[in-house]
Amino acid sequence: MPNLSSTLIRWILTLGLVFVFTSILLLLTHTPPLTTYWLLIKGSLGSLNKLARVFQVWVPLILCSCGLLFTFRMNLWNIGIEGQVMLGAIGATATLKWLAPFCPAWTCLISALFFSFIAGALWALGAGFLKTKAGVNEIFAGLGLNFVAQGLILWLIFGPWKRPGIASMSGTKPFDFSLWLPTLHNFPVWGIILAIICLGITAIIITWTRLGLELKAVGLNPFAAKLYGLSPNLNTLLAMTLAGGLAGISGFFQVSGVYHRLIPAISSNYGYLSLLVVMLANYKWWPVPFICFFFACLNVGSIQLPLILKIDSSLSGVIQGVCVLVFLLAQKVNLKTKKQIN
Amino acid sequence: MDVILLLANVVSNAAPLIFATLGETFTERAGVINLSLDGTILLSAMVGFVVAYSSHNLILAFACAGIVGALIAGIVAASSLFLGLSQVAVGFVLTLTCRDLAYFLGDAYTRLNGPQVNHLSIPGLANIPGIGPIFFDHNVLVYASYFLIGLSCLYFYRTKYGLVLRACGENPKAAYARGIKVKIVQLGYTLLGGFLVGLAGASFSLCFKPGWGRPQGAEGIGWIALAIVIFGGWDPFKVALGAYFFSLLQILSILFQNWCPSVPAQVFQVAPFPLMIFMLVILHFSRQKAYHLWQQGPVWVRFLIKFLHTTPPAALGSSYKEDG
Amino acid sequence: MKIRLENICKYYGQVKANHNVSFTIYPNSIHGILGENGAGKSTLMKILAGFIPKTKGKIFIDDQEVEYNTPAQASQLGIGMLYQDPQDFAGLTVLENFMLGLDVPWRLNFKLSLQQFLSYCSKLGFYLLPNSYLSELSIGERQQLELIRLLALGVKVLILDEPTTGISGEQKRILFQALKQLAKEEKSILLVSHKLEDVESLCDRVTVLSNGQVTGEMSAPLDTEQLLAMMFGQKVKPRSEQRTFPAATTPTIEIKNLTACQNRVCLRNCNLSIRPGEIIGLAGLENSGQELFLKVIAGLISPEKGNIQIHGREFAGQGQKIFLQNHIYFVPTDRLERGLFADLTILEHYMLVFENDHFFLRPQKAYPLCWQKIKTLKIKGYPQSLAKSLSGGNQQRLLLSLLPDKATLLALEQPTRGLDIESSLWVWEYLQKFCKQGTAILFSSGEVEEIFQMAHRVIVFYDGQILLNKEISQTTPKEVNKAIAGKVNHA
Repeated sequence: MPNLSSTLIRWILTLGLVFVFTSILLLLTHTPPLTTYWLLIKGSLGSLNKLARVFQVWVPLILCSCGLLFTFRMNLWNIGIEGQVMLGAIGATATLKWLAPFCPAWTCLISALFFSFIAGALWALGAGFLKTKAGVNEIFAGLGLNFVAQGLILWLIFGPWKRPGIASMSGTKPFDFSLWLPTLHNFPVWGIILAIICLGITAIIITWTRLGLELKAVGLNPFAAKLYGLSPNLNTLLAMTLAGGLAGISGFFQVSGVYHRLIPAISSNYGYLSLLVVMLANYKWWPVPFICFFFACLNVGSIQLPLILKIDSSLSGVIQGVCVLVFLLAQKVNLKTKKQIN
Repeated sequence: MDVILLLANVVSNAAPLIFATLGETFTERAGVINLSLDGTILLSAMVGFVVAYSSHNLILAFACAGIVGALIAGIVAASSLFLGLSQVAVGFVLTLTCRDLAYFLGDAYTRLNGPQVNHLSIPGLANIPGIGPIFFDHNVLVYASYFLIGLSCLYFYRTKYGLVLRACGENPKAAYARGIKVKIVQLGYTLLGGFLVGLAGASFSLCFKPGWGRPQGAEGIGWIALAIVIFGGWDPFKVALGAYFFSLLQILSILFQNWCPSVPAQVFQVAPFPLMIFMLVILHFSRQKAYHLWQQGPVWVRFLIKFLHTTPPAALGSSYKEDG
Repeated sequence: MKIRLENICKYYGQVKANHNVSFTIYPNSIHGILGENGAGKSTLMKILAGFIPKTKGKIFIDDQEVEYNTPAQASQLGIGMLYQDPQDFAGLTVLENFMLGLDVPWRLNFKLSLQQFLSYCSKLGFYLLPNSYLSELSIGERQQLELIRLLALGVKVLILDEPTTGISGEQKRILFQALKQLAKEEKSILLVSHKLEDVESLCDRVTVLSNGQVTGEMSAPLDTEQLLAMMFGQKVKPRSEQRTFPAATTPTIEIKNLTACQNRVCLRNCNLSIRPGEIIGLAGLENSGQELFLKVIAGLISPEKGNIQIHGREFAGQGQKIFLQNHIYFVPTDRLERGLFADLTILEHYMLVFENDHFFLRPQKAYPLCWQKIKTLKIKGYPQSLAKSLSGGNQQRLLLSLLPDKATLLALEQPTRGLDIESSLWVWEYLQKFCKQGTAILFSSGEVEEIFQMAHRVIVFYDGQILLNKEISQTTPKEVNKAIAGKVNHA
């Protein structure tokens, strides 16, 4: 099949170019490239503990990416996803705080999951309504709301929810151990299950339901969609709700499965990173788990780089970004050469 | 509380933001949206600092920072204008990548003491009671920012080139019909805008928040600049006003922190964004039919509408195909 | 400046948009180019103005051959075009629009340019406020500005493309006066129009195009009958046997005083009664209002004034969804861009439109329906074929097959545009079935013969108004053609 082989070639070229570029960067900082790559691999896959940390990153990335699959299907740029994660985290923290004295742990956690979905979805709807009713581009609405969400978190951490004593950047008071999502050998099993379920539901909705088809149709041709009784505005709001809700769930995971409290950097940039993931996946669902795993390995593997090689751990971010850039360029270059041949 | 000192701080604090916002105003007026501002500022701040540290030549440092800014902006422009990629996609990826690149490459230079731009008060003018200390007791960069505002306004509205610039962003097809080479113009202004953004970055690491580190202190300024460009209606004077207004908010927030030490300054700094959204909402409704009803309203409403009247470059973000 | 065109040809693949077009434009004159839709006028003008390259042929200016490829080069040679949609900048002021593209010093001298601007205005009798934003101007005023600008550029040959569409009577009078003035001053003016009355009152000489070729030339004074004959030729065959079903006699759809606007086209006080099962053909040249009428009837655009009553119920101003719920459907002429989803498969189209009830898609159920439709409609494609991969005729079949089985009213924009004879016949057979159940069909068409063959009634739009509304049996193609060009016999 011509499609598969050309995709494969494109991937190999992309990875090759990224490899070359990163190696040059490393050489510029007098760091041996091969050692670096080996450390990255070892640092992420080298032990069970490290693998568990990789999954801790994998889970929120998958959840956010699932949400973006819906909005991208409609050609929406949901840059506000970062804020939606934060709102989900706020929702989860609030729920856990208020219910903890009254309910058993599992009730609290499940309620927190539920309310984090709602919080994230509502935040996304904010951007959605700004778009459908007030014509504000979802990029700027989302961006603005991201900053407002960040401000909200800071206010909560330093204001109403501050630690007893002195408020600090290390966040709210940590939750009681009973409210921590249980792990198995440090693996966030519940998170993984959640991520797989959400990915499955997303894949099913996109591929096999009417909603998935409608989203695609409206994204392709809003004028024609109206002729057949579809409502572009409604679909926009629906897609935003799903995206915000899923992002909210990843906020819940960050609070109850990773940090066990609300911190200023609770979203850890996973929202923005998941935008890169979905771009690299060419907006299809099945590469998402693999790309998320790759990105998670890079994130976790780079943590020890400062200690061992004395280079900054943001190397992972550079690799991730360059991957996407080269991938985007490769697509266009391919098309151009095909045109010239024709 | 010394009002003079406060205002002086506002003016000086706004200088790098003026560079960044005016640079992006040029770019967006030509019809290109450069989302990579935040990352570019960090990367050029790093480059500026490293070059200054190694060569002790501030002018060279600023030049290099500017070139880096222009390069990144050039990637956005070229990939969109000539390859047909989405400006939003490329700009967004670049903003994340450049930030990480800055942290990575600049790692060896953290917490070092580097050269800084010297204080330079203008003799004579700095002694004028009131205005003197506010405007003329700073450094070269602040004075340069005044020039930039004036120059930009003149350029936009009083020169032929400014007219061409505005035409390209407004209606590239019509501009092409009048013999203007639209893509070249768009590329040129994106590079110029990027250069100014690069200067802004260097002015952080070499003057206003000297040094390099992780974090540097200039994080988030790029996004704020984007918001201010919209808030200022793509008009250099209003954009500059927006920059000063934001600077005022920042300074006030530091003061406020002294009174309420428990709340961090960042809470104030989110203010530009709701304002930007508000501006966009007004823009949208001003195009609807109801607008004409508002114009019959009371005087202050009419004045507000006139002041806020703005037309965004109609073709912002779309790449024009010259096939005709 | 004398311009001579010699054997200009423009081919798009097999399609001959212009073929061996030759004529001469003399200075101090107003030369008209007449022709119906698709005659090749626009293509020819775009070639002259440098917007598109010619395939073959030569252009001579003052007996010297010239070659040019861009509008900028054309204007350097002194040729300028005033478009139907002036290419201007809404966000800039009138004066700034005037100055852009002119040879002004880098430091703008507003006083000088203002003087220049005002002197042109007074010379031509225009009244424009230099500091108002262009978005506040009417179409007529924008035209005036563009005219002044072209003159300031030193244009000697002025091409005007359908200038009187959408401007008021007063503005038309001002424009014509200005044009006559310019003609006196050694300018050559080329007026492209389909409006006979404009051409007759203004032009010294007329060249008529039909099907891409020159069918005749005439000097003033102009004879309407002869012009019509040259425009439309004798192509209309005698009316073949009506293959439509006779319609019921009581109208169920009443349209009164309909007024609506979109872009440059405005409908004014249109009235129409439609009977169930009736097929009505809307004729008229581009931007005369028939396309807008169809959109308003189908609910895509809300009218500013007027009523649309169906079975006594008022529909004007309701959203598109209400129209859809009441079985009123619109079929656009741009099949792929507006009616279909390019990247969806045929199967997905059917699932989208017909399988409304279930959350989960059921391709197994949709497959048989899909195959059945493909067979009955003879679509050359498979369920997995993407809509964009189908040919034009098959896209039209797909588009029509997406209509539900029952409808009260169908509004179709040029249903057989771009289709070969076989596909066109098929489309009409398909539409007849709707007629049988009492569906009223309104369709616009660029071919008068199609209307005569298929419709019960014909309506001609001119300048946003209905000029002619007659049963097919009570009118002739010639009368319809005259109405299209704006002339009606007043009994």
